[in-house]
Amino acid sequence: MRYSGFRVFREGLRRNSGWQPLWRDPEPKPAYDIVIIGGGGHGLATAYYLASEHGLTNIAVLEKGYLGGGNVGRNTTIVRANYLLPGNSEFYSHSLKLWEGLEGALNFNVMHSQRGVLNLFHSDGQRDAAVRRGNAMINQGDDAILLDREGVREKVPFLDFDNHRFPVYGGLFHPRGGTARHDAVAWGFARGADMRGVDLIQNCEVTGIDIEGGLVRGVQTTRGAIRAGKVGIVVAGRSSQVAAMAGLRLPIESHVLQAFVTEGLKPCLDHVVTFGMGHFYISQSDKGGLVFGGDLDFYASYAARGNLPMAEHVMEAGMSLMPMIGQARVLRSWGGIMDMSPDGSPIIDRTPVEGLYLNCGWCYGGFKAVPGSGFAFAHLLAQDRPHETAARYRLDRFRTGSGLMDEEGTGSQHNLH
Amino acid sequence: MRIECPHCGERDLREFTYRGHALALSRPSEGASAEEWDDFLHNRDNPAGATQDLWRHDPCGAWLVAERSTTTHQVRATRAVRGGEA
Amino acid sequence: MRVRGGHEIDRRTPIRFTFDGRVIEGFQGDTVASALMAAGVRLVGRSFKYHRPRGLVTAGSDEPNALVTTGQGAEQRPNTRATMQEIWPGLEVQSQNRWPSLSIDAMAVNDLVSPFLGAGFYYKTFMWPRSFWEKVYEPAIRRAAGLGALSGDSAADRSERAFAHCDLLVIGAGPTGLMAALTAARAGADVILADENTRPGGRLLSERIEVGDEPGAEWAARAAAELAAMPNVRILSRTTVTGAYDGGTFGALERVALHAAPGAAPPECFWRIAARRAVLAAGALERSIAFPSNDRPGILMAGAARSYLHRWGVTPGKRVAIFGNNSDIYRTAKDLSAAGVEIAFVADTRPGESGKGDWPVFQDARVVATRGRRGLSGIKLDHSGGTAQLRADALLVAGGWNPAVHLTCHMNGRPVWDEAIAAFVPAPGAVPGLIAAGAAAGRFSTAACLADGVRAAGEALEELGYSLRGRPDLPEAEDAPYDITPLWTVKAPGRAWLDLQNDVTTKDVRQAAQENMTSVEHMKRYTTQGMATDQGKGSNVQALAVLADATGRGIAATGTTTFRPPYVPVPIGAMGAGARGEGFAPRRLSPTHAACVARGAPMIEAGLWMRPSYFPRDGERDWRESCDREVGHVRHAAGVADVSTLGKIDVQGPDAGRFLDFVYANGMSGLAPGRVRYGLMLREDGHVMDDGTAARLGDAHFLVSTTTAAAAQVMAHMEFVQQAYLPDLDVAFSSVTDAWAQFAVAGPRARDLLDRVLDRPVSWDGWPFMSCGDVSVGGVPGRLFRISFSGELGYEIAVPARYGGALFEALVARAEDMGGGAYGMEAMNVLRLEKGFLTHAEMHGRVTAFDIGLQGMLSAKKDFIGKGAAARPGLLDATRERLVGLRAVEPEDRIVAGAHLFGETGSEGYVTSAGFSPTLGGFIGLGFLRNGPERYGERLILKDRLRRIEAKVDVVAPGPFDPEGGRMRG
Repeated sequence: MRYSGFRVFREGLRRNSGWQPLWRDPEPKPAYDIVIIGGGGHGLATAYYLASEHGLTNIAVLEKGYLGGGNVGRNTTIVRANYLLPGNSEFYSHSLKLWEGLEGALNFNVMHSQRGVLNLFHSDGQRDAAVRRGNAMINQGDDAILLDREGVREKVPFLDFDNHRFPVYGGLFHPRGGTARHDAVAWGFARGADMRGVDLIQNCEVTGIDIEGGLVRGVQTTRGAIRAGKVGIVVAGRSSQVAAMAGLRLPIESHVLQAFVTEGLKPCLDHVVTFGMGHFYISQSDKGGLVFGGDLDFYASYAARGNLPMAEHVMEAGMSLMPMIGQARVLRSWGGIMDMSPDGSPIIDRTPVEGLYLNCGWCYGGFKAVPGSGFAFAHLLAQDRPHETAARYRLDRFRTGSGLMDEEGTGSQHNLH
Repeated sequence: MRIECPHCGERDLREFTYRGHALALSRPSEGASAEEWDDFLHNRDNPAGATQDLWRHDPCGAWLVAERSTTTHQVRATRAVRGGEA
Repeated sequence: MRVRGGHEIDRRTPIRFTFDGRVIEGFQGDTVASALMAAGVRLVGRSFKYHRPRGLVTAGSDEPNALVTTGQGAEQRPNTRATMQEIWPGLEVQSQNRWPSLSIDAMAVNDLVSPFLGAGFYYKTFMWPRSFWEKVYEPAIRRAAGLGALSGDSAADRSERAFAHCDLLVIGAGPTGLMAALTAARAGADVILADENTRPGGRLLSERIEVGDEPGAEWAARAAAELAAMPNVRILSRTTVTGAYDGGTFGALERVALHAAPGAAPPECFWRIAARRAVLAAGALERSIAFPSNDRPGILMAGAARSYLHRWGVTPGKRVAIFGNNSDIYRTAKDLSAAGVEIAFVADTRPGESGKGDWPVFQDARVVATRGRRGLSGIKLDHSGGTAQLRADALLVAGGWNPAVHLTCHMNGRPVWDEAIAAFVPAPGAVPGLIAAGAAAGRFSTAACLADGVRAAGEALEELGYSLRGRPDLPEAEDAPYDITPLWTVKAPGRAWLDLQNDVTTKDVRQAAQENMTSVEHMKRYTTQGMATDQGKGSNVQALAVLADATGRGIAATGTTTFRPPYVPVPIGAMGAGARGEGFAPRRLSPTHAACVARGAPMIEAGLWMRPSYFPRDGERDWRESCDREVGHVRHAAGVADVSTLGKIDVQGPDAGRFLDFVYANGMSGLAPGRVRYGLMLREDGHVMDDGTAARLGDAHFLVSTTTAAAAQVMAHMEFVQQAYLPDLDVAFSSVTDAWAQFAVAGPRARDLLDRVLDRPVSWDGWPFMSCGDVSVGGVPGRLFRISFSGELGYEIAVPARYGGALFEALVARAEDMGGGAYGMEAMNVLRLEKGFLTHAEMHGRVTAFDIGLQGMLSAKKDFIGKGAAARPGLLDATRERLVGLRAVEPEDRIVAGAHLFGETGSEGYVTSAGFSPTLGGFIGLGFLRNGPERYGERLILKDRLRRIEAKVDVVAPGPFDPEGGRMRG
C-alpha cells in the first residue's frame, strides 16, 4: 500500500479501517540466503538495500525483541556529515546523501529536517580544530560555514554570551545537518524491506551460530534452527555476545549513554547545537520537546540506564550554555547500550569465519549512519567486497595500527570516544 | 552508585574515574607479539554480567579493582590494585 | 463551587490571583486547580492534537490536562500543573496551547478533521513536494506542537541541589509511610520521610476515614508532629522522589518556595539522597474508564473529587454523577452528599445491588454518551433497567487504582500483573533495598496499609541491624475488601479517550494493532499514548487492555508498561542548579593573575586556567603589534613569561629514576643530578601523550614538568603505572603544580636580568644548557632551571607560589629597564614556532613519535609504556602525515591553523599552528603532511576554504630560526 496525503484522506473517509499492516509477521523458513542478526536501524536498512540495490530477497532479519527496540528507538536523532578524518568523511557524506532521498525511496515520512548543526567552540585551539574539520568537510563536498561570535548570536541569540564560564568564540555550522524521527526510520526501512519480500522475524533471539570447517552454516534461535549461506551480525551493544557464539572476541566495550527529553514546548530552538566544553548537544523535536544529551556515564554497562552524576553534568552544561531552558522540565530519561570501539569509529568487515560478516562499533553515533551503514553492509554481504565509502572500516586496523580513525584523539581506551 | 575506596571508604560514583577492564593489570612483557598487544589494548570479553573494572578514586589517587555487574551495576567487592593481578 | 470543610485552606486569608487575566479569589492553601474549581471555572486547557476543551481530571501531579504557565520573563514556568501550584497574591496564571483564547481556540478545527489525523498519519504524508517538508509542513507542525512556551529569558539560577544520607528513606507519608517512619525512627534509625504534598497524611487527607478513634487527617498530623520532633527524622514535604538509581541513591525534587512569590528562597531543590534502605509507600493512582466522550470538562476521577472536597472544600459541580467499577462510587456519593452536593445518580458497572443512598443507583451500567462541549451538561446511560438520559454538570469516574510502581521500574524492573486487583504491582527486589508497602504494593484498605508500613520498616530495620523497639501500636481502621470488577472500555459509538493530553482514543490503539504495531512499545510510539507529560499514568493500563483485546491476548501476555526517571518532570534548572556563570567549572588563577590584569593583559582560557594573551602598551593598535614587540623583547633583550600553569610533579625515592624510565620513552635514570632532560611520554597505544622535562634535583629527587593541558592526565597515568605495574618500587610522587610559581626568563640579557634578582651571584659557566639547581631570590628559596622554549638563552626560575606575584613584578620591572618586558601566550607561540617546538596543537592525540621525528627517543634498551604498540607497522608507515615546517612564499600571505595543504593528489596534510614571525619577516607554521620530512623544499598550496584563504607555502624543516640552537645552548 503506497502512502500519500491522498491515501490519508481516502482512508480517513473510511474511518481508518482500511490501513494495511506495515509489515508481515512471517514464520521463519528453514533456510535463507542471508540472515541478518539484529532488527535495529542498521539491520533493517541492510535488508532493505540488499533487496532494493542487489535484488536479494531470500533474506531474514532476526530480532530478539520488537523491531527498532534498541538504540535506534532511543537516540537523540541527529543526522550530520561533519567528520574530520578520511574513512569517516566519505562514509557520512554518502550516508547524508541517502538521507536526503530517503522519504522518496521508502515512501515513509522519516521527518528528515535539515535544520543545521552548529558546533560551538570556546578557545583559539578549538577554533583551529574546527577549521581543520570544516575544511575537511568542504573538501569532501559537504557544507560548512565558520561563524564568529556574532554569527552564532544571530542563529542562537539565547546562548549565554555575557556570563559564560567558557565564552563562545564562534561555531562551525553545517547547514545540511539536522534531525530525523528515529522510529520512523526504523519502520520505514522495515516496511520497505518487508514489501520487497524480506522476512522480518521478531521475538527471535539468536542463541548460537553454526560453523563447520571455518564456514558459517546457519544460526540457532529461540524459534528454531535456520540455515544460512551468509550471516551478518549487526547488534550494536550486544556485538560481543553474538560474536562470542562464533568464537570471536571483539574490540568492543559496551557502555551506557543517557539521553533526555523535556515536556513539549512551543518552538524555541531551530538548530542542533553542540557545546565545546563538554559533550553536550541539544535540539528540539517536532513535538516540541528539547532532546539533549552529553557524555557516556563512562563505566561498562548493559543496563541501558545511567546515574545521576552524568545526568547532572548534562543539565549543568545546558544551563550554562542556554540558561533559558532552565524552566523546561525533563520529562523522560533513558539510556542505550553503546558498542564502543578503540578509536571511536565503526567496523564493517568480514570476520575470520567465512560467511560471517560484522557491522558494529558505532559507539553513540550510529543513528546518522543508518542508511550509509545499511547500504555498505548490504554491498559487503552481496558482493563480498567493501563498498568504497566504508572500505576503511576494517576489523584488523587496531592490530596493525594502519588506518585508525580516532576523531577524538583520545587513544585506545574504549570509553574515551 | 557507591564504590568503596580502600583508603577512604564508601564514596559516591562522582568521585571516581573509570578506566576499563582490570585486564589492564596484566601488561604484556617486553617483546610480546603484536597479537598479544592487540588483545591487551583492544579486544575484550565485554561480559553482560560479572566483570572486573579499574577505577581511580580521584580525591586520593588510589586505583582499585571493583567486582561489578554490567547488567545491575551492583558492586560486589573492591580491592586496591596490586601489580600483575587481573 | 465552594462548599464547607477543606482542612487545607485558611478561609481567613483570601488570596487573589489571575487566570488568563481574570481575577480569581481563593484562600491560602488553595491550589490554582481548587481555586478555579471553587470559582466554577471548568475549562482549563486544550488538548494537544485536536484542541478539545479540557478540564481538571485529578488533584495531583499526574494531572494530564490542567497545564498552565505561571509567571513572566525569567520566572515564566510553562507546563505547570494547576493541581500542584499553590496560589499566592499576585500570581499570574495563563492557559496554554490555544489561540486566540481558551474559550475560542482556532486550532479546534483540527477536531473537525480528526479522521485524517489518526495514529501515525504524519508518517504517511507530508512527503510531497519534497521541498515542502522543511518550508511548509514542518514549521506548521512545530508551531502547532508543544504546550507551554519558554519566555526566552535566561532563567535565574536560584534553585539549589543538596545531598542527604539516611538509614531509611520512606517515600510517601500516607498511613503506610507514617507507620513505617514511626517504626524505624523509634528504633533509632535515621529516617527521611518524603511526601509530594504540603503536609504528611497522603490519602487520609482526602477521605473521611477514621484511624483509631480520630479522623485520619488528625491522626496523620499527630504522627507527623511526633516524627518532626525526633532528631533522627527529616520530613521533606512538597518533595517528590523522582528516580531510583544504583546503590540506594534517589533523586527528589522539593518545591521549596514555589507556593510563594519569588523571593530569597530557592524555588526548588534537587536532592540526591543516599539511603541504605527505602520503603515505597507512594500509594496508588486512580484510573479512568474509556467511554465515549469521556474527555469533557467536568469529568474527573472520583478520588480526586474527594480530595477536592476534603482538602479544599470544593466540588466540581452542583449536580454530580458518579460512575465506576468498584465500591469507591458509594463512598464518593456519601461524602459529597454530606457536604450538601446534589447527587444526580450512581452508576455501578457491576451487576447486583452494592450500595444505596438518597439518589438513583443503576446496576450493570455503562455511560455511552455525554453532552456539553465546553463543560459537561448531560449523560446517557445503558443499565440493567434500560437507558437513562440525565442532567449533570460533573461526572466522577472510579475505574480502579494503579499502585504507584513507577520507581520500581527505574532499574530495569518490570511490574507484575495481579489479576486479583486488576493492576500491576511491583516485582519484589526490582530495586535492591527498596521495599514496596501499602497501596503501592496493592494493599488498599487503611488497616492493611498501616500494618504494611510497620512490616516494611521492620524488614528494613532487620537488614540494617537495628532492633525493633518502641514498635508503634496499630490503630484500628477500616479493612474493607477491594471490590472491583474490571472494566476498561465501553464499546459504543463515539470516540473514547485514553490519553487525554495527546488525544489518543481506543480507535487509535485498535488501528495500531490493525497495522501490526502489536507490541506495546510499537503501539505506544505509533499512537503516542503514554508519551505526554503524565507519562501515561492515567491511561497506560487501559491502553494495554485495549491492545490485549485487539490482539486476542491477556493483559499480562501483551506486555507490561515500564517507567523511567523522572517520576514527575524536573526542571533543568533544578538538576543543573548552580551551573551558570562561574558555577560551571572552577577557574584556576596563576599567582600573577592580578598583576597581568593590572597591566591590561587580556586573559584567555587555557583549559581551566587563565593565561595572559599579550601585554598591551600605550599606542599599540592591535594585538599583533604587542605580540611582535614581545617577540622582539625575547630575541633582543630579555622577556619574562609566567609558566606556572605547566604541570609539575615531584618524584622522590631511591627508585625514582627507574620509575621515570618506565613512563618516559627515553631514559631518565642515567641523568646526572643537576641536569635536566627533555622527555617524551607515550600512551600505552604507542601515541604521544605528552612531552616535558625531568629535572634531577638529587639522587632520589626528580621534578617532572608536563604541558598545562595534560598535567592531570599525566598525574593519573603515573599513579596507575606505579600502583598497577611497579608497586614494589620505592618511589612516591605528588603534584606540585600549584605549589610553585615559575617564570621563563629568556633573551640575550637573561643572565643580566637574573643577576639582578638572585641573592647570590651565579657562575653561569656552571649552568650548562639543561641544568638545574637551588637558588635564593629575594630571601626566598627557589629553583633555577636552564631550559628554553623560546630558543633563546633561557632560564626558568621558580619560587613558592605565594611569592610569585612579587617575583613577577621584580622580574618585569628589571626587564623593562633593559628594553625588554613581559610576554604572553601569543608571543610564546610565535617564539616556539620559530624554533619548531611543539604543543598539544601538534600532539593532538593521533600523533606518534615517528610522526614528529622523535622516533630516536624510543629507547631500545628498556621497556616503557607504549613501546609495544608503537612498533605496529601502521604507526611507522612513511606515508603517514608527518610533521613539517611551513613558510609562506609571499610576505603578505597568511598561514592559518586548520588550513589544508594541497599537493597533486588533493589535500595531503593540514596546518596545526601558525603565526607571523617578526624575526623571519613572514608567516610560518607547523603542520602534518604525508611523507612530510621527505618533501622539504616542495611548494604546496595552502587552502582554507572556510575563510577563503589561499597561499603558496614552502615545506621546510620545523623551526627555521637558529636551527643549530646556538643561541640557547651558548
